[in-house]
Amino acid sequence: MNTPASLTKEEILRYSRHLIMPEVGMEGQLKLKNASILLVGTGGLGAPLGMYLAAAGIGRIGLVDFDVVDATNLHRQVIHGTKDIGRKKLDSAADTIADINPNVKIEKYDVLLTSENAMEICANYDLIIDGTDNFPTRYLVNDVCVLLKKPNVYGSIFRFEGQATVFATDGGPCYRCLYPEPPPPGLVPSCAEGGVLGILPGTIGLIQATEAIKLILGVGEPLIGRLVLYDALAMKFRELKLRRNPECPVCGDNPTVTQLIDYEQFCGLPQHEGPAAAEVNEGDVDPVEVKAMLDRGDDFILIDVREQHEYLICSIPTAKLIPLGDVAKRASEIDSSKLVVAHCKMGGRSAKAVAQLKELGFKKVRNMTGGITAWSDKVDPSVPKY
Amino acid sequence: MAKVLIPTPLRQFADKKDSVELTGATVAEVLGALTTQFPSLKKQLFTDEGKLRSFVNVYLNDEDIRYMQKDATPVAATDTLSIVPSIAGGAQ
Repeated sequence: MNTPASLTKEEILRYSRHLIMPEVGMEGQLKLKNASILLVGTGGLGAPLGMYLAAAGIGRIGLVDFDVVDATNLHRQVIHGTKDIGRKKLDSAADTIADINPNVKIEKYDVLLTSENAMEICANYDLIIDGTDNFPTRYLVNDVCVLLKKPNVYGSIFRFEGQATVFATDGGPCYRCLYPEPPPPGLVPSCAEGGVLGILPGTIGLIQATEAIKLILGVGEPLIGRLVLYDALAMKFRELKLRRNPECPVCGDNPTVTQLIDYEQFCGLPQHEGPAAAEVNEGDVDPVEVKAMLDRGDDFILIDVREQHEYLICSIPTAKLIPLGDVAKRASEIDSSKLVVAHCKMGGRSAKAVAQLKELGFKKVRNMTGGITAWSDKVDPSVPKY
Repeated sequence: MAKVLIPTPLRQFADKKDSVELTGATVAEVLGALTTQFPSLKKQLFTDEGKLRSFVNVYLNDEDIRYMQKDATPVAATDTLSIVPSIAGGAQ
């Protein structure tokens, strides 16, 4: 990195509340100015991270995202505004950052971080902040950070709970020490499936930002070897001890992972991204066909396996609500001699319901592909999407 | 009775409870009592061979049981067991 030069008159005024604190001061502010941070993801966590790190005077910020702003992002991704719907998140985030602090050099990467490009991109930064939303990228970011010996400031959220820590520092634990393997696909719901309290990523993202600033300044007790668990409903923070696992395949004493691997495969995912690549199973039925079956008056049972509060947002007439968690114990309410079609929001939970019913001996069970979202797209646009 | 904290993603398999009080002298016994009370948690926590799944971590107070005596770690009535599963959310 370049050695600290100096601050301009404008910067001295801008950072004056930092400069008068001995823990930061001129020396610390120059460290921030000479620092570079890569934000992987400019969504829920990346939004507060990008804004506060820019405001604090980080000299160079890299942004990795290939997504576009949509309306469902706005309840939490405060770096994007209503006017940005449809724009690339990178452009929207860069504009906000430039407005907050024009001294920040922004570098945009309009890509999905992959095993092919991650080493090259990450090598340009002092530290990496993981604000992604999926397991393959989390394992990828972890392994890159271990291999490049760069700290990985980790944060993760679900509904109203969050986790944060710092991985991959010298001698400290890495993500694989905590979780050697990812859960199988479908077992852990995503934010799109499970929902997330809009302010939660603000809290967790700012814990990450705090740790990034502390690492750069070299002050305080870094969140290394400690996992902070935050429960917003209980308003409780807990702390668990993390240890480097000497047998860890990537950061252990005898590592077996010495270069990047295929993370989609590691996480048991199909090779291609997105629902378009989802396999069509024999038991699947398209919403258009379900509509035709209803119109013809076919003798079948349509069950909705979403939760009661989702049913209240929108529903398909004639569908019987049996939330996924109740399917097994309420199976007796369903006439197994008839064809049963299950639907949910996107098709994931109903696939599980179909599997459960088949296990219970139901012979004719089919999954409506794409859920009520596809119903809205293909059959009845008056049904709201959420 | 030891306290077992159930994380959000698993509450749907535990009558939506965030914690339960259970009896058991070891981690294995307490988790056994947990899955007896909530049978659908069993598949979430254990493999078919009955081993804890590798993406589910169990902590006795603030210590990872992998670095204690694993399943056989003794549990006192004043202890808290936490189940800490992987969560990936962040951007979307």
